[in-house]
Amino acid sequence: MATILSVHDLTKNFGALTAVKNVSFTIEKGNVYGILGPNGSGKSTTLGIVLNVVNKTSGDFKWFDGNTSTHQALKKVGAIIERPNFYPYMTAVQNLKLVCKIKEVSNEKIEEKLKLVGLLERKNSKFRTFSLGMKQRLAIASALLNDPEILILDEPTNGLDPQGIHQIREIIKKIAAKGTTILLASHLLDEVEKVCSHVIILRKGEKLYSGRVDGMLASHGFFELKTADFGKLQVYLEKHASFGDIKVNNEIITAFLKEEMSATQLNSSLFDQGIVLSHLVKRKESLEEQFLTLTKNAQ
Amino acid sequence: MTRLLQIEFIKLWNNRSSKVLILAYFILLTSIALFASIKFDIGPIKFHLAEQGIFNFPYIWHFNTFITALFKLFLAIVIVSMMSNEYSNKTIKQNLIDGLSKKEFIASKFLTVVAFSLLSTIFVFVVSMILGLAYSDFNELSIIFSDLEFLLAFFVKLLGFFSFCLFLGILVKRSAFALGFLILWMITEQLIYGFLGWKLVSWETASTIKNLLPLESMANLINEPFSRLKAVQSVAAQMGERFEFDYGVHWYEILLVIFWNTFFIYSSYAILKKRDL
Repeated sequence: MATILSVHDLTKNFGALTAVKNVSFTIEKGNVYGILGPNGSGKSTTLGIVLNVVNKTSGDFKWFDGNTSTHQALKKVGAIIERPNFYPYMTAVQNLKLVCKIKEVSNEKIEEKLKLVGLLERKNSKFRTFSLGMKQRLAIASALLNDPEILILDEPTNGLDPQGIHQIREIIKKIAAKGTTILLASHLLDEVEKVCSHVIILRKGEKLYSGRVDGMLASHGFFELKTADFGKLQVYLEKHASFGDIKVNNEIITAFLKEEMSATQLNSSLFDQGIVLSHLVKRKESLEEQFLTLTKNAQ
Repeated sequence: MTRLLQIEFIKLWNNRSSKVLILAYFILLTSIALFASIKFDIGPIKFHLAEQGIFNFPYIWHFNTFITALFKLFLAIVIVSMMSNEYSNKTIKQNLIDGLSKKEFIASKFLTVVAFSLLSTIFVFVVSMILGLAYSDFNELSIIFSDLEFLLAFFVKLLGFFSFCLFLGILVKRSAFALGFLILWMITEQLIYGFLGWKLVSWETASTIKNLLPLESMANLINEPFSRLKAVQSVAAQMGERFEFDYGVHWYEILLVIFWNTFFIYSSYAILKKRDL
């Protein structure tokens, strides 16, 4: 797979504060990445460095094959960071024309991209008359003008109302479905979980994890079970070698697996034991649970 | 290069206040022709400014470049705000993310300033030529095209001043404060002069040092033209005075302003390069 961005040992100090500490990761073409981390964990600083607006203290990064200068590479990238920044006195179309000039692409995609984000009817309105949601959508349209190799979004739903958040997520899903590589920075775990296949987790400027979402914890998932013969089930599970922790909550038994086992397997062996289930669910930990476990372990 | 100019043109021309100020500036440049219509006709006193020799070649080059340079303040406002607005709108950040390099960003601003200075110079040349051909007492080609160094001085003067404005815009980041700083700096140059002469060195040395400072060196490029007028000189002679000034444009004065110009543009780039946005 083609590498789009590789970051090696990146460090950034703001005075005495180290905002980013020896962070390394690689972005491969075709995946959807999430950068996760609480506020102030160095997400925006890391993105700022690779996007040419923040100077690094040490380390380095390479766009694509590493033979193009950063600003040339950025013409093949679409990025919006924090807040949408446009010229308030210019209309949507005028602003996009300017971006086309900077990126050295033709103006022909403007209408198409405005349509994608649902701003075609407002294309001749001045930017300052837009609501925050519309401004954010215009920013996405602008980032897509060059059909970028990678779309970088930093907190794209920050400060939006539920409807705005929903619209942005739908647009991101649409773009991801087309096979565009996406790098999404967020502190909202469910947001990342819904769209990302890979995550990079930062905490206090340090990388805790990077890789596939489902590879984050060496976990085989867990069962949620319910039955009339509560005690018998509990005893059976505690004796079984494949199960680790058993938790009981509201008549539901949660049993964590130590090794792989399918729901069918469990169901048939319980049935053989004369235990009939009224509820059986096999689940993996949510990203939030995994994230909390991971950050707890690191402390 | 045309791409960088186009980028800046889109930014400026779609901004109503910039557009109005730019148009006002060029209309004012043309309005110097209105001097020609100043005419008093009160009984025995007949005064027609155009007949007083202000439009004589080659004096007209000196007079017009001096007067029109006063209007540069209009463009200064445009230039300071075109730089500082990039900060207040945070569009500079977006420009860089979109793939403009920091060098290109400064270059697009500088090229715009060069274009403004060049356009102003051409304007002054054309207006002066028309006025001169209409009112000048001398119309020989060799006289018409003498003293053209005033136009070069005019161009360098504007370029230097506008580069200073760009520098202030990027240094201060707020247009109102940057303009305030410009005025503060004008006063500071005089204060430096006063302080040096008063406490440290002789007044003569102080004056030499003052002439090296950016705004003062730009002002010295084109000296005031009024005392060169025949009418003024004859009045002075009647009062027993004679003016002996050196009105010429000197190469070292031009070099000095070019030095400041380079210094301001390079410093703007250095500041931008060092800053985290």
